[in-house]
Amino acid sequence: MQIPVIRNILEANARVSDDLKRLFAEKGILALNLMSSPGAGKTTLLERTLTDLASEFSMAVIEGDLQTDNDAQRVAATGAQAVQINTEGGCHLTSAQVLAACKELNLDGLDILFIENVGNLVCPAEFDVGEDHKITLLSVTEGDDKPEKYPLMFNISSALLLNKTDLLPYVDFSLERASNFARGLNADIKVFPVSCRAREGLDAWYDWLRAARAAKKG
Amino acid sequence: MHELSIAQSLLAIIREEMQKHGSPRLISVKVRHGRLSAIVPDALAMSFEALTMDTALAGARLDTEEIPLVLACRACGTKFSPESSDYVFAPCPACGEELGHTVVSGKELYIEYLELDEAQGT
Ligand SMILES: [Zn+2]
Repeated sequence: MQIPVIRNILEANARVSDDLKRLFAEKGILALNLMSSPGAGKTTLLERTLTDLASEFSMAVIEGDLQTDNDAQRVAATGAQAVQINTEGGCHLTSAQVLAACKELNLDGLDILFIENVGNLVCPAEFDVGEDHKITLLSVTEGDDKPEKYPLMFNISSALLLNKTDLLPYVDFSLERASNFARGLNADIKVFPVSCRAREGLDAWYDWLRAARAAKKG
Repeated sequence: MHELSIAQSLLAIIREEMQKHGSPRLISVKVRHGRLSAIVPDALAMSFEALTMDTALAGARLDTEEIPLVLACRACGTKFSPESSDYVFAPCPACGEELGHTVVSGKELYIEYLELDEAQGT
């Protein structure tokens, strides 16, 4: 016998993601899911952001990592709360892992929670983790055709940070081409060219964060 | 490879449905996936096989079918399926607009049906 089912395969993850959304709404926390390839500079972006906005916001980081806790140590050095999730080879974070990590954090009085996903442009796009916004980080050394190759991630992201702009003279990367590819299926995506290392372009990103935080607080 | 965790979620739902219907044996399951969802059918089949091996579900068939990408033009609202694989710069067939189309379908990932053996002795 054939039984029609019509069930979303990722429904279990979606249910926990909804629980997380309710938890973050209750506490008034802005939750951001940070996604990129390995080495695009997520951890450096977090170090800068956590340091530069330390006096404005109370922030915490959930670090998804395949094996090590190097990134969590770098983040903790800024004074922010940091929890490490070791995915043991898993290529993305699930909402259940994020929920477990939240139990290790003090969420009271927290303004912004960064969820640093595993470095990978495909898999994290399929799994919501209770976030208000998905943010993609792409470095100029990776090629400006990445948004064309991985359209889903760029389609569902609110903001795109194009990192390592200090290297633009040495690589064949067009900021305009990359932004246009990203806007192909997402007219509303906000694009921020930045260099975390040279501390360029970060003010526009900080302004976006302030606005998103204010919108969440209501 | 997210196909492995997708196969795990798939199996959890299958086991639940089999219990609900009192069926001891799964013959096949049909999964539909949108073109944008980046599912590699072979990788999903391999994960499914690996996870069911040596279980009561061993030998069950996994059928997959891709759901085409349908976009709605930002400028004039026309719905269309880009013919080339370059759907990031797909021009609207009605007005030529290239950017900012809305994805109407192509992100799905769901089970359509299960084929089960009749329940025994109920
Ligand atoms: Zn049109």
